[in-house]
Amino acid sequence: MGSIFSPQQIVNGLQLGAIYALIALGYTMVYGIVRLINFAHGDFFMVGAYAAFGSFFMFNFFLPPGNGLAFIVLILAMAAGAAIAVITDHFAYKPLRYKPKLSSLVTAIGVSMLLEYLFSAIPAIGPSPRGFPEVLPKKMFHFAHVEISNYVIVDLAVAGALMIGLTFLIQRTALGRAMRAVSQDKDAAKLMGINVDRIISLTFLIGGAFAGAAGLLAGLTYPRIQPYMGILPGLKAFIAAVLGGIGSIPGAVLGAFIMGIAETCATAYNSLLGEGIAFVILIVVLLIRPSGIFGEKTADKI
Amino acid sequence: MGNLKHMKLVMAGLIFYVVVQVLSLTGVLNGYFMVIINRSLIAVIFAVSLNLINGITGQFSLGHMGFAAVGAYVSGTFTTLLFHLNPHHSLDYLGFLAAILVGGVAASVAGFLIGFPSLRLKGDYLAIVTLGFGEIIRTILNNIPYVGGPRGLLGIPKFSTFTVIFLFAFGTIVLIRNLVQSSIGRSMLSIRENELASELVGVDTTRYKVLGFVVGAFFAGIGGGLLGHLLQIAHPTQYGFYASALILIMVYVGGIGSLTGSIIAAFSLTFLTEGLRVGIDWLRDTAGVPIGTEWTMVIYAVLLILIMLFRTEGLMGMRESKILIIKEKQG
Repeated sequence: MGSIFSPQQIVNGLQLGAIYALIALGYTMVYGIVRLINFAHGDFFMVGAYAAFGSFFMFNFFLPPGNGLAFIVLILAMAAGAAIAVITDHFAYKPLRYKPKLSSLVTAIGVSMLLEYLFSAIPAIGPSPRGFPEVLPKKMFHFAHVEISNYVIVDLAVAGALMIGLTFLIQRTALGRAMRAVSQDKDAAKLMGINVDRIISLTFLIGGAFAGAAGLLAGLTYPRIQPYMGILPGLKAFIAAVLGGIGSIPGAVLGAFIMGIAETCATAYNSLLGEGIAFVILIVVLLIRPSGIFGEKTADKI
Repeated sequence: MGNLKHMKLVMAGLIFYVVVQVLSLTGVLNGYFMVIINRSLIAVIFAVSLNLINGITGQFSLGHMGFAAVGAYVSGTFTTLLFHLNPHHSLDYLGFLAAILVGGVAASVAGFLIGFPSLRLKGDYLAIVTLGFGEIIRTILNNIPYVGGPRGLLGIPKFSTFTVIFLFAFGTIVLIRNLVQSSIGRSMLSIRENELASELVGVDTTRYKVLGFVVGAFFAGIGGGLLGHLLQIAHPTQYGFYASALILIMVYVGGIGSLTGSIIAAFSLTFLTEGLRVGIDWLRDTAGVPIGTEWTMVIYAVLLILIMLFRTEGLMGMRESKILIIKEKQG
């Protein structure tokens, strides 16, 4: 593959970054609104991957692999991610919303463990990795010395379309204005007649749907899924969100692409470094600019 | 320890030790139970030290077993080397004690390196950093052939007897209790209650947060060293997220901030884990139910969620057994 920073690595990095970006958006949105690191978010991604896996085999009876089938699978993966996120919020986080912050964090870890171990305990799923089917037939294109598969294009297109949709929702609609208001000041938003609980549910729904979409894309791109597959991408996406400035949506996307490229380039150099680069980035960010690239320094109110 | 304020605790420890030792010598407790008791005592070390970080200081570490791994590997390598260099096995026990302490110090150095950048900040970053640290340690250990790589560090001499483990567990409880009930401990508690307020009254919050973290990591390293010398193996998978999460559950089930709760939870959950394992094996092999050990963790995850939802403060809450409270002089 040539040198560490070859165009091929950059393309691979962008592809990985697109998947991280979809996960990171969920982290950053939820953090922006309820100030909670949703530890289970990586597992929503895993649920999405399994939902895609299951729905592929269901609909493959009627449809051959191709764009139509991929679209249905994408919708169902997003629906599964959204459903699990909303259910988790309703039963595990909502009752603790006005208790100390750490209790929701612990609950989030409980939910994360529950999803991981439940999925590996259910005999139909099981703890061992499964190969992910080719929902779309794979094609390769060559540009100069760079190999690009249609999966790269699909990953970037899906992630791009969802991000544009999200930006439109947040910047241009009444719902988006309500979301921004809640993230700025919950109490004031409530006084303005915004149904805060509904906005929070909606945030989880969007974040979960994005994680579900990322689950399908990851299954497609790295065709191996297992119940613990959400832990590391979840962590790295979170670090990407911190790098970009947690709470900031463009920050999450930028951070995710930086993370994706850094990781593929570091892996090309040394696989151990590839595994650790995310944490190196995190430590450096925490030391130099803890509020991240786009983050604002916030002071505590007394 | 002629000091009266320690009398109750010393008596309690002595009674526990003598009872277990007598039951073991008379054969009431067979080797199998002794292993579970030893593991419970090591779990006590882990849980009490994690409670210092998560419960007392109000921080959030998710990679406690990563520090235990450092302790286990460093002390295991140390004693294994010593065994080879010193074939006469004179002074072996001293070497072992030194190895355990070296393991603890190594873990606390790791704790400082991790804690310092993340503890300068408020809040949840430590959780992510420590979780990442746990994963990194595992990856590194998997990639160092000298300590066995994915095979694990094998052939650690068996030095951890019930007496040794008991003494270390007891020492951990006494030291952490003394720390918690000193002025340092009160500073740590004030950080948990309100970091901003405690900073405003002049508590050097970063210093106490790092201190709590380093001391917690030290004892985790001690526990890891003891575990390595009990099982005679240190394996990367023993110290993964699963293991750290189990200790975390002990702390939250027992009650954040309550050492008594941690001790009780460490014993109950170690026995419960073993019981569930036996039960699941029975269901699978005898009753033919297709069921795996994963269900143990499913049960624990549900337990953790339910505790957080319905009894956020844990079983013991903030309460401490009278045995563990240092009596102040009257007047």
